[in-house]
Amino acid sequence: MFDQILQFLITGLTTGAIYALVALGFTIIYNASDVVNFAQGEFVMMGAMSTVFLAAGDNGLPTPLAATLSVVLVICVGIFLQRFAIAPARGASVVTTIIITIGASIFLRGLALVVWGKDIHGMTPFSGETPIHIGQATLLPQNIWVMGGTAVMVLAVHYFFHYTMQGKAILACSYNRDAASLMGINVGLMMMVAYGLSALLGAMAGILVAPISFTSYDAGVMLGLKGFSAAILGGMGNPMGAVVGGLLLGLIESLSAGLISSGYKDAIGFIILLLVLFIRPSGLMGKRSSDRV
Amino acid sequence: MPSESLTSSHANSETLLTVANLSSRYGPVEVLYDVSLEIKTGELVAIVGANGAGKTTLLRTLSGLHRSQAGAITFADRDITNSSAHSTVHAGMCHVPEGRQVFAPLSVDDNLRLGAYALRKESQWVEAEMENVYSLFPILKEKYQQEAGTLSGGQQQMLAIGRALLGRPKLLLLDEPSMGLAPLLVEDIFRIIRELNAKGVTILLVEQNARMALAVADRGYVLETGRIITSAPAKELLNDEAVRKAYLGY
Repeated sequence: MFDQILQFLITGLTTGAIYALVALGFTIIYNASDVVNFAQGEFVMMGAMSTVFLAAGDNGLPTPLAATLSVVLVICVGIFLQRFAIAPARGASVVTTIIITIGASIFLRGLALVVWGKDIHGMTPFSGETPIHIGQATLLPQNIWVMGGTAVMVLAVHYFFHYTMQGKAILACSYNRDAASLMGINVGLMMMVAYGLSALLGAMAGILVAPISFTSYDAGVMLGLKGFSAAILGGMGNPMGAVVGGLLLGLIESLSAGLISSGYKDAIGFIILLLVLFIRPSGLMGKRSSDRV
Repeated sequence: MPSESLTSSHANSETLLTVANLSSRYGPVEVLYDVSLEIKTGELVAIVGANGAGKTTLLRTLSGLHRSQAGAITFADRDITNSSAHSTVHAGMCHVPEGRQVFAPLSVDDNLRLGAYALRKESQWVEAEMENVYSLFPILKEKYQQEAGTLSGGQQQMLAIGRALLGRPKLLLLDEPSMGLAPLLVEDIFRIIRELNAKGVTILLVEQNARMALAVADRGYVLETGRIITSAPAKELLNDEAVRKAYLGY
């Protein structure tokens, strides 16, 4: 029983790490521009799919190079999304921007379907498939890649927003746009940086998880929704909340799938989303409302 | 009406800001009509006028937060008409907006450092200037790690001014620095404005508190429903009967 629980924890933390990255992407864009970006899942899908295709075949690129190029590509997609879909709608209502991002996600999914087809693709794990045994539980090298990669990126994001002037400039834009531009901060440029950063996190999540969970043109839908649930669970707008929410959601899903029924795995995530919205809409670590005046 | 003779001590300095026939509107509502004014290096110029006269819009148009409809703005020999706000800062125009607009969740120190964002490569100058600002406003040094939103109104005003000073202003635009402050603090803020000007900072001050503003200024303009109706050395305006009746209330 203990070994089984340990196995669920390993699986849960791995999935949770991916949710955390997706949720962090939601948080960065939400904080910078008050937009809930429902195309976040598409960043994840595009990161994985373009890596698969760049590395495919006899003339394929080595995986690290393919992954790097894919991340750059997805960052460009994020910047384009901001510049050509979000920025022109500045001042529009929240509902309008949500509809825009949903539209963008449908467009990107359609584009992926046309370019890459309907097939489901796997990816070779980064460092083999020799499992590490902890008691009866097994830990795959790719699990370590996911958890380690997430940890590195979460720390990097934390450092960026707390210890660099560029990061603080983005925060300043979110707190007070006019005052930020009076400091000489190019608000439009900072928004593109925020979307690019968010896209980078999404693409990395997609690439890290693809060897475990496979990918396809519509793989972003569920990951995007789970990341959104995680961001709500942790408290929308709080980066640490996003990470905690992601890990927690992954653990709960994995434990309930293992101990109750795997059929309810996805339902549990959304039940949690609904419960949080009913009981504590500001989330576990939600900001005090005075923070967003 | 006072004469147009501008006999201030800065009569021989160079012109820093020239505004020619500026018009500005919010949607269909015209706010500024054909406004022209001039500021010389080293001057302290006040624009007084009632609530809704267009004072804030004028400053927002100068600093690029608001687009003008017509007219030209020349600053430090550069045409900055309709430049974006972030580029006018790089040119040396630093605007302390109405209502202070500090970054509430960020620390006092971070707020000040963001003021130097445009100059971030000159870190030595920034560190020295941080010390200057802290010695000008010792209370900010005491609270440097505190969230700016937790400061009192007067302290936030000091922070907003200090933050603008870190942009190394050639021209400091101050929008209603006395708004919402207790009378003693208002005295303080005006003393600091005088001190800054004495140190060589050119200042354009917009105020509803016309008496205080004209008492510290070299020259004044009176703005009424979007038009400059008169301009004169500040002392003449203080003694002008029409201005006194309309804006000074005695």
